[in-house]
Amino acid sequence: MTMAEPKTKYDRQLRIWGDQGQAALEKASICLLNCGPTGSETLKNLVLGGIGSITVIDGSKVELGDLGNNFMVDDSSIGQSKAKCVCAFLQELNDAVKAKFIEEFPETLIASNPSFFSQFTLVVATQDLDSGRTIGSAKMSSGLYLLQVNTSKRQAHNALMEDSMIKLDRICREANVMLVFARSYGLTGLVRISVKEHTVIESKPDHFLEDLRLNNPWPELRRFADSIDLNVTDPIAHKHTPYVVILVKMAEEWTKNHSGSLPSTREEKKEFKDLLKAKMIAMDEDNYKEAIEASFKVFGSKGISSELQQIINDSCAEVDSNSSDFWVMVAALKEFISNEGGGEAPLEGTIPDMTSSTELYVNLQTIYQAKAEADFLVIEKHVRNILKKIGRNPDSIKKSTVKSFCKNARKIKICRYRLIEDEYNNPFLPQLQKYLTDEDYSIAMGFYILLRAVDRFAANYNSFPGQFDGGMDEDISRLKTTAVGLLSDLGCNGSTLTEDLINEMCRFGAAELHAVAAFIGGIASQEVIKLITKQFVPMSATYIFNGIDHKSQLLTL
Amino acid sequence: MDRIEVSNLNRQFLFRLEDVGKPKAEVAAKRVLERVSGVNIVPHFCRIEDKEIKFYNDFTIIALGLDSIEARSYINAVACGFLEYDEDDNPREETIKPMVDGGTEGFKGHARVIMPGVTPCFECTIWLFPPQVKFPLCTLAETPRTAAHCIEYAHLIKWDEVHNGKAFDPDDPDHMKWVYNEAVKRADLFGIPGVTYSLTQGVVKNIIPAIASTNAVISAACALEALKIMSGCSKTLSNYLTYNGGEGLHTKVTEFVKDKDCLVCGPGVLIELDVSITLQKLIDQLEEDPKLLISKASIIHQGKNLYMQAPPVLEEMTRSNLSLPLYNLMGKVSKDVIHVSGMASKNDKKISCLRKLRVVFKGIDGVTDMDMAGGA
Repeated sequence: MTMAEPKTKYDRQLRIWGDQGQAALEKASICLLNCGPTGSETLKNLVLGGIGSITVIDGSKVELGDLGNNFMVDDSSIGQSKAKCVCAFLQELNDAVKAKFIEEFPETLIASNPSFFSQFTLVVATQDLDSGRTIGSAKMSSGLYLLQVNTSKRQAHNALMEDSMIKLDRICREANVMLVFARSYGLTGLVRISVKEHTVIESKPDHFLEDLRLNNPWPELRRFADSIDLNVTDPIAHKHTPYVVILVKMAEEWTKNHSGSLPSTREEKKEFKDLLKAKMIAMDEDNYKEAIEASFKVFGSKGISSELQQIINDSCAEVDSNSSDFWVMVAALKEFISNEGGGEAPLEGTIPDMTSSTELYVNLQTIYQAKAEADFLVIEKHVRNILKKIGRNPDSIKKSTVKSFCKNARKIKICRYRLIEDEYNNPFLPQLQKYLTDEDYSIAMGFYILLRAVDRFAANYNSFPGQFDGGMDEDISRLKTTAVGLLSDLGCNGSTLTEDLINEMCRFGAAELHAVAAFIGGIASQEVIKLITKQFVPMSATYIFNGIDHKSQLLTL
Repeated sequence: MDRIEVSNLNRQFLFRLEDVGKPKAEVAAKRVLERVSGVNIVPHFCRIEDKEIKFYNDFTIIALGLDSIEARSYINAVACGFLEYDEDDNPREETIKPMVDGGTEGFKGHARVIMPGVTPCFECTIWLFPPQVKFPLCTLAETPRTAAHCIEYAHLIKWDEVHNGKAFDPDDPDHMKWVYNEAVKRADLFGIPGVTYSLTQGVVKNIIPAIASTNAVISAACALEALKIMSGCSKTLSNYLTYNGGEGLHTKVTEFVKDKDCLVCGPGVLIELDVSITLQKLIDQLEEDPKLLISKASIIHQGKNLYMQAPPVLEEMTRSNLSLPLYNLMGKVSKDVIHVSGMASKNDKKISCLRKLRVVFKGIDGVTDMDMAGGA
């Protein structure tokens, strides 16, 4: 079978993350722990997108129950290694991906061979609950149809329990391997990233104010604006003066008449807009309408955002020979802002489309591009000097990287994640209490607690609550005790979870529904892509899925 | 009605390279049937409008993976067309045809549940969709500034000037190459950077970036809602989920409210007629009626075709009804619902449309109240 022409096959995604993003994906190697529905679905999306290589670790065999919720195994797989079958299916989806499998239980690997994980770019860790199940439905006494799990009397094993999670987290942290946890459980689930620090240059936000500097024009822009007469007599020329020029000129006139200040009060802003309106000589002058709409860009404050300020004040900006390229560039940015930049970041360099004659528009574009290029050259010099100072080769950061950094300087992002162990042993009590009592967060928080509680339950009783027929009442009361114990361990004394939620968790019976696994797998794969391409911004908190009313939440824990 | 293309393969996981060119419906059905037992899937390789309306009534739930507003509008009208109201203007539960709808674009997506008569239908919330970006003609013709302007000039203006009547086919690579070359020429003339072949395709075909992960999330949400609706195992999404995974992760559930005057999911557009009016007269009137403006109308009453514009064999069979009084054709009842399908104008385009009409015949039984009859 010949391979599909990659540029065509990947066309729809190249339009999002470009050739560089695609290259990063194709260089990456992913390790999946447990290939139940959640793990399989996560990997499926990555394989389709052209990830470099996958290694599937799972010690279980395919059972009849797996046919009900894992699309990647079929009749012929029964009795065979699940990892082998899932791998084979995934390979069919994209023969450019290198797919391997190891028939081994993840817990064993974590305990006996931690260095195994160092070879990977990223590890996706999922649960795989006892698969000796079929999913049927039964009418309960309350008259509601429920999804009930019929299970064999096998033990609950293969769950990536708390200890293993903590161990794995430490191993990956030390080896500088990124880690993503993903889990589905009935109508709930969880996705959690664990990386020490993830820096993003190309954050590509949907909406971000263009860098026009209307309230702080540099000399060339001012000179260009001065060369244009707003009161030109030719009506065509009058309505094709770009709004950037209109606003720069009007803002300058205002500051001259107001001792150097720009409009700041409500009345002043209205007055400014009225002055613009008064310059219109016809109703159809779109350029003036655009100027009025864009006038708020003149009123905005100069300088950098508080978020960027925080980044340049971060201790990592005090660079040394161990600093990453990102922080070296941040250090250069910091120097630029306090010197040549006069409080501003380097100019981004593009302008939005606006009503204008072609000539004026192209001239304006050139002026913005020239200033951006000039700022970039200054920053580049700073970068080279800093590299020299910290004992690194001054050419070790590519020109194109510095250029991209300058273009995106106002939008750079930093994501840091706590160790799981830290989250478990050092909870932020006020935050937890707030989540437990806030109407919008209490259910998500409840699910978070219960997801941990059911693992403790399984460790004590060798099965998950509601997993076996009969004994539902006993399981409910045991789960409640376990959950209350966990809350108390976390220091949330007196907080309770609703009976409804506890009953619901038992009703789930540790079932892994394919639709939920596919949803969680979609989210997890998307986060993996953002982490690997280093484009767009990964979620900064733990995602708790709510499949009942879809009011899922992100919890900062 | 689509066939598989290579660019589908980065996300449409039921298709393989050797399937390129084959009908999506048939391959998808085959692949699922190969792997999942106990399920029955029948593929239909055709447009959604090609099916008779009553075909859709056979199903418990309709799941939508459509890619245009027009298509969604059409199927929404079909499903809402089955809806009947009782004397208290409440929807009759057994006539409610649930739909789940989803759509994606890059890292963004939405999923919604539509219960006609209960939640808003697609038409009730049509304002959610912003109008498509159209460049002013004078910008394209006189003051282009961006690469997209140059491309659309070549596509919308220059093509017709040179090709005299021959329609532009976005799927013909030679046509696309011609547009690209003309766009480059124009861009060079005006000193505008940025025209690439990829951008040309994107602008002309309105290509929407798409990835496996977002599609997995949204389709899973839709599947989950469908499962919950059919099994009753949990309450459902109420009723619109928006999703954005580019900047962190944002989901929001909005409970939109039904428009009680909705032309599509409401009790129906009221139309008062004389008992003498012929079917032909009605069809003519529908074209003029400001609330409807439907041309080439076909009329259905209680599942029976009173007059069908197409296909030719049905047209011939029902032609004789045109000269008969509508009152007689409807079984001489004082009021009832009829369904009208035809072509309506929207944004200078003609699209298929389907409308529910509450017909009330004047002067019969002295009936003056506006309640809709749920059936004869």
